[in-house]
Amino acid sequence: MKDVELNNIVKTYNKGEIKAVNDVSFSVDKGELFGLIGADGAGKSSIFRILTTLLLPDSGTASVNGADVIKDYKLIRKNVGYMPGKFSLYQDLSVAENLNFFATVFNTTVSENYDLIKEIYIQLEPFKNRRAGKLSGGMKQKLALCCALIHRPTVLFLDEPTTGVDVVSRKEFWEMLKGLKQQGITILVSTPYMDEATLCERIALIQNGRLMTIDTPDNIVKQFPDSLYAVRADNMSKLQHILRNNQQIKSCFSFGDYHHITFQDDIAYSQNELIQTLQSANLKDIEIKHITPSIEDCFINLMN
Amino acid sequence: MIKEVVIKTDKLTKRFGDFIATNEITFEVYAGEIFGFLGANGAGKTTAMKMLCGLSRPSSGNATIAGFDIYKQTEQIKRNIGYMSQKFSLYEDLTVLENIQFFGGIYGLSDKQLKKKSNELIDILGLQKESKKLVASLPLGWKQKLAFSVAVLHEPKIVFLDEPTGGVDPIIRRQFWDLIYQAADKGITIFVTTHYMDEAEYCNRISIMVDGVIEALDSPINLKQQFTTSTIDEVFYKLARRAKRTENLK
Repeated sequence: MKDVELNNIVKTYNKGEIKAVNDVSFSVDKGELFGLIGADGAGKSSIFRILTTLLLPDSGTASVNGADVIKDYKLIRKNVGYMPGKFSLYQDLSVAENLNFFATVFNTTVSENYDLIKEIYIQLEPFKNRRAGKLSGGMKQKLALCCALIHRPTVLFLDEPTTGVDVVSRKEFWEMLKGLKQQGITILVSTPYMDEATLCERIALIQNGRLMTIDTPDNIVKQFPDSLYAVRADNMSKLQHILRNNQQIKSCFSFGDYHHITFQDDIAYSQNELIQTLQSANLKDIEIKHITPSIEDCFINLMN
Repeated sequence: MIKEVVIKTDKLTKRFGDFIATNEITFEVYAGEIFGFLGANGAGKTTAMKMLCGLSRPSSGNATIAGFDIYKQTEQIKRNIGYMSQKFSLYEDLTVLENIQFFGGIYGLSDKQLKKKSNELIDILGLQKESKKLVASLPLGWKQKLAFSVAVLHEPKIVFLDEPTGGVDPIIRRQFWDLIYQAADKGITIFVTTHYMDEAEYCNRISIMVDGVIEALDSPINLKQQFTTSTIDEVFYKLARRAKRTENLK
């Protein structure tokens, strides 16, 4: 069964001048952890706002739990949880007050659904009397997640929950999501961090309002069309310059301590020839190895 | 060869009541270096950066930025640095050209210099058609590249970049680092914070802050050896996981 479904959704701004969402169709299965991966301005937030009935699409249809986002908006609002990209809780209410407020608005109590948020709320409990506005970024994020969960939603929409968050807190957050998934909640999450894509069951890569691909992370990696190599040497900036100006190199992008490259013609121009070229340019400590592409490699390849 | 020191701090500290946001940090940054300033959220990076930019008065300790004293010469410091962050960079409701002229003016360029520099910059960035358009209408990636170029327009000694690449697409992110390298080649010192660990690898040296203290400082390759890991991501994780400071007292 599909918990979320979009068919040919289009959303424009400025009287059609800006196409934020351009003919987007996809669906999310019940209980699935689905990721929407793309940069700022790719259209992720518009899609979230359409699905949570906060924004009307120009055309196309969409449904959540089988309910239409336009006709049945009241039903959807009762059943989904939404954590917007921007912190949207009441800054001048305390942690506990915020949580109680959201429970009451949804006609329930904190105690009724406490089991769902317990693992997360325990970390907040020592600060339950602190105003939400005075919490650190990581704690705000946890409180927002608790508030989005307190009515036991069937589908959880998380719009860039980890943007601007450090590596340690990001790891913790994804652990929390795994726990929620085990409770049977369908989760749609967006992120600009490509490394988080592999933590989802299926992902859609989005750029300029269009989906570039949609599949499991493994399958997307398998569809990378070329053999990918990682190269490094003692002078990385000189190495990059040489690689970029070499006719035999199809693509060259920096990835931390290596440059990732593909060849125009992998068979004709062997790795050995490249090593010779680099050696004659006086580069030292040359290393070249065949590697499995990351989601970021795939994203860049699809953008070109 | 003696390296020219452009940032020098000695036990630089900032307290907010009982809370020590930045705790006796001591380090040096050299001219033309790309220095990565890493740390978990709440580790004290922003507080430290504000002091280094002359915007926040330290509680104790000393520092000189581009040769100027952090207590007495904050105005000279501001004139010799550039600053750019993801959150605040350009005025959306001014045009590309107006932004260049506004910031160039603030940084003290003369009318003549401004005219020359703004034309050059527009050519380099290929923004001829967009020069009279509002910045709000530019794609995020272009905005970030323009913001960086504006921050180094007056050829400062040091440019401070606070998460400059947050949210931009993977290709723009790399183009942005090309600009950083070009600036560093011209002798401008780059002081940069980021949450992307692959970007930490592009720095000459990085420091990692935990609970207000600099816990590690070296080149990426030496840090990986020191912590016997293959990535900076793991080095960071090993250090930041030790953080005890969460919410208390803040």
